[in-house]
Amino acid sequence: MFRYIVRRLLQMVLTFFGATFIVYALMFANVDDPLQALAGDRPITDSQRAVLEARYHLDDGFFTQYWHYVSGLLTGDFGQSLTGRPISEMLAQAWPVTVRLALFAIVIAAVIAVGAGVLSGIRRGGAFDTATLVLTLLVLAMPIVVLAPLAQLVFGIQLGWFPPTATRDANLYELLLPALVLGTLVVATELRVTRTSVAENLRADYVRTARAKGLAPKRVIGVHVLRNSLIPVITLIGVDIGALMSGAVVTEGVFNIPGVGFNLLRGIRTEDGPLVVGFVSVLVIVFLVINLIVDLLYAALDPRIRYE
Amino acid sequence: MSDYNAVSTVEAPGKSRTLAGDAWLDLRSRKVFWIAAVLVVVILVMAFWPSLFTSVDPRDCLLARKHAGASGGALFGYDFQGCDVYAKTVYGARDSIVVSVSATLVAGLIGLVVGLLAGYFGGWLDALLSRFVDVMLAIPFLLGAIVLAKRLSADPQSNGIVAVIVTLGVLGWTTAARVMRSAVIEAKNQDYVTAARMLGASPARLMLRHILPNAFGPFIVVLTVLLGINIAGEATLSYLGVGLKGDAISWGLAIAEAGPYARTAAGPLVWPSVFLAATVLAFIMLGDAVRDAFDPKLR
Amino acid sequence: MTDIRAHLDALPGVDPRAPLLEVRDLHVEFRTRDGVARAVNGVDLRLNPGETLAVLGESGCGKSVTAQAIMGILDTPPGHVTRGEVRYRGVDLLRLPEADRRKVRANRIAMVFQDALSALNPVYTVGFQLAEQFRMHRGMSRKDAKQRAVELLDQVRIPDARRRVDDYPHQFSGGMRQRVMIAMALALDPEVLIADEPTTALDVTVQAQIMNLLAELQQQRGMGLMLITHDMGVVATVADRIAVMYAGKVVEEAPVHDIYARPAHAYTQALLESIPRLDLKGRPLNVIRGLPPALTDIPSGCAFHPRCTYAREICRLEPPPAYRIAPQRIASCHFVREVLGV
Ligand SMILES: Nc1ncnc2c1ncn2[C@@H]1O[C@H](COP(=O)(O)OP(=O)(O)OP(=O)(O)O)[C@@H](O)[C@H]1O
Ligand code: SF4
Ligand SMILES: [Mg+2]
Repeated sequence: MFRYIVRRLLQMVLTFFGATFIVYALMFANVDDPLQALAGDRPITDSQRAVLEARYHLDDGFFTQYWHYVSGLLTGDFGQSLTGRPISEMLAQAWPVTVRLALFAIVIAAVIAVGAGVLSGIRRGGAFDTATLVLTLLVLAMPIVVLAPLAQLVFGIQLGWFPPTATRDANLYELLLPALVLGTLVVATELRVTRTSVAENLRADYVRTARAKGLAPKRVIGVHVLRNSLIPVITLIGVDIGALMSGAVVTEGVFNIPGVGFNLLRGIRTEDGPLVVGFVSVLVIVFLVINLIVDLLYAALDPRIRYE
Repeated sequence: MSDYNAVSTVEAPGKSRTLAGDAWLDLRSRKVFWIAAVLVVVILVMAFWPSLFTSVDPRDCLLARKHAGASGGALFGYDFQGCDVYAKTVYGARDSIVVSVSATLVAGLIGLVVGLLAGYFGGWLDALLSRFVDVMLAIPFLLGAIVLAKRLSADPQSNGIVAVIVTLGVLGWTTAARVMRSAVIEAKNQDYVTAARMLGASPARLMLRHILPNAFGPFIVVLTVLLGINIAGEATLSYLGVGLKGDAISWGLAIAEAGPYARTAAGPLVWPSVFLAATVLAFIMLGDAVRDAFDPKLR
Repeated sequence: MTDIRAHLDALPGVDPRAPLLEVRDLHVEFRTRDGVARAVNGVDLRLNPGETLAVLGESGCGKSVTAQAIMGILDTPPGHVTRGEVRYRGVDLLRLPEADRRKVRANRIAMVFQDALSALNPVYTVGFQLAEQFRMHRGMSRKDAKQRAVELLDQVRIPDARRRVDDYPHQFSGGMRQRVMIAMALALDPEVLIADEPTTALDVTVQAQIMNLLAELQQQRGMGLMLITHDMGVVATVADRIAVMYAGKVVEEAPVHDIYARPAHAYTQALLESIPRLDLKGRPLNVIRGLPPALTDIPSGCAFHPRCTYAREICRLEPPPAYRIAPQRIASCHFVREVLGV
């Protein structure tokens, strides 16, 4: 286990430099006036120009620039937005909202996906299975830009079941609709993977053994099949977080939730390049760390990995 | 589970069929495939000959008609700028399809080359390319796309089509590469390929004649799925304001513009959403059907 | 001994004089997309306490399916028992409510599977999987159950049992894993042990060790052992009686020595001639010609007739009856006498 952790950590360090380099390169490589690229159509004042130049070390070579940017990230200095606010300060305010929303979405999605996935995996081809398959298909077909505004329109405005927007300290009820919307991003894949994996595991030899041991079906499925079936689902969660981050940009925008995604969206709309790069970099780091945790969790669930 | 062989070997020794031929036979018998195919054809026709569906010019807008309801000419009413929503929605198919197909081709090409090189040559090249793919996957797709698209769409004159194609293509090739790589590795280890190699076939010939045909199935599946993802990707980028703009017509853009007015006029929000979802659905179903057809294990 | 035991002893229809296990006219079919595969077509078997019955037959002839039907662990769907009885001490298990049937499993009839690596759950320690039975069937605490698991591992002679009880299946060698499997089957002191090719997945040297262990444990406990195998050598050394199966039927049943000396069924004879023998070194082997029948399309009459050297017209038209040719011997062949050479 220890060696596994060390190996994963080393991998993560590599991936960190790779990923941040790509983000940086996507933004700045081969640009005539990097500052104007940051600001887009917006005119930059001289004082802004001075700040940006100090920040991005634009007189140096590309790799040196990158190095300054990365060391900034590592020391918690994420730069300033064009409005002059430190990004770390904006993040500190925005994080809690987003974390709550995302956790809520993950929990909702996981409960639905695992519950329904197990049921339809057990009775493949049954009425419930067919119904969930059609539903997941519909959900998969709805990009978040369709789902979020429509859900707000129908359930928030027309039916009035939920508040159509949420504030910084929204309670769970206010967050329910956005969380549901966000959760649908991942629920369909999670459900399908659970279903396939349950159906596969049900045919496994060790299930036959469990039945030969005279265990009740509930225990056979709840203890023997479930644990094995959750392994692929857990690995999905890592990928899912990425989808959730992307989805949060749209969802928070639509529902006016002042989280990370909302700020990022505002950064895009106001052509605030430093803000966008800063936020995206932090999100990428968070994504990396979460994936590391998920991998460790995966190792905890599957002893064959742990002892490799 | 060799226990099942007894039953499955009773199959009559008919003509030997190719994988693609088999897949096509299987596809023909699937309802999902036909539904998806019909939808896709309708969307394609709409994309290339929108005038078959509407005689109205989607750019012919009159502020005076702002949010006017459905009338004889405008099936879905008018949006906040007084444009005909139906016409705009129909014309939205074009850029959507153009962007998604081109981006898929770009991604497919990159994936093909990277996967082929990594799978065929293995060794340090494979290690390097695979690590690179891992790094790419460590960046949540939309976040990477936002950064790149923002940078590419900086030119205020352009309508953003090329920028979005490049963005989606450059960021979306990883799955294609992975699938290609494993298909190549699998094919490479098959006896007849080893035999061909022993007989001195050149790498290029081996790849073209022996390995590529084998990798074809899974690759097509990935590309089909990618088409749907790119449709949604274009809409999302446009919605966020880093995608299509100017005189381009995009469902994503229309949804973004209609959002704030949804209370007064739902139509301009709902209709592009429906078309967008239907298009993505069509490609997902197509992908599902094709995957099932190519993968006998999942049947 | 415990509540479950008492409960099982009081099942309606328990008959102390009945055989330990008796299978009559068992039929199993699999309804799949490719058609209905009739895997078991009227199997009759009987097993007494302390006795070892070897079940022989080509791959796919329905041995494992028979065992699964006896245990009540067929994959349903697609598998269905369509006819027959499985009597444990006179009680027809097939007619028992599922809850009672479950108690019979493991408590009275237990099973050892062929491939222990896939038959053990990869994500739980062997200790957990062994202790589970004590906890579920005997209501023991985790701690006591684990103690029992260690004792069991000791009994099947796994060295350092106290430590290994916390290991996962993939950390054991093949032979040790099969020992775990055996320990698991024996946990609740069953009276019937069904071992489905328990040594096929192992190296030859380990095979002998496992077979010896099984035979020894069987004698210690006086269990009835139903041993499914391909290995004629094993059969000769450990079995009391042999049942030979073909296309889902028992075609010959006899005490082990009789069958080796003089097979009474053409298929048994062909099977025996197809094994290499030291005394016949240098002569070509008689391999049975043709392939086993497809279970979706079993030949009429005697299922073996397309491959049988004795076959005549009647074999194609009529299924042979079961002839009792000695007190303990049954053979289903129209030409028993000819095969026996009398
Ligand atoms: N789960 C299943 N689904 C469909 N058919 C099955 C299933 N299990 C068994 N069968 C059918 O039953 C037939 C008999 O299988 P069985 O496993 O009993 O053979 P066997 O005599 O044990 O052979 P082997 O020596 O190879 O283990 C198989 O040929 C197969 O067609
Ligand atoms: S009944 Fe006929 S076909 Fe069957 S084994 Fe006897 S002789 Fe052969
Ligand atoms: Mg078997």
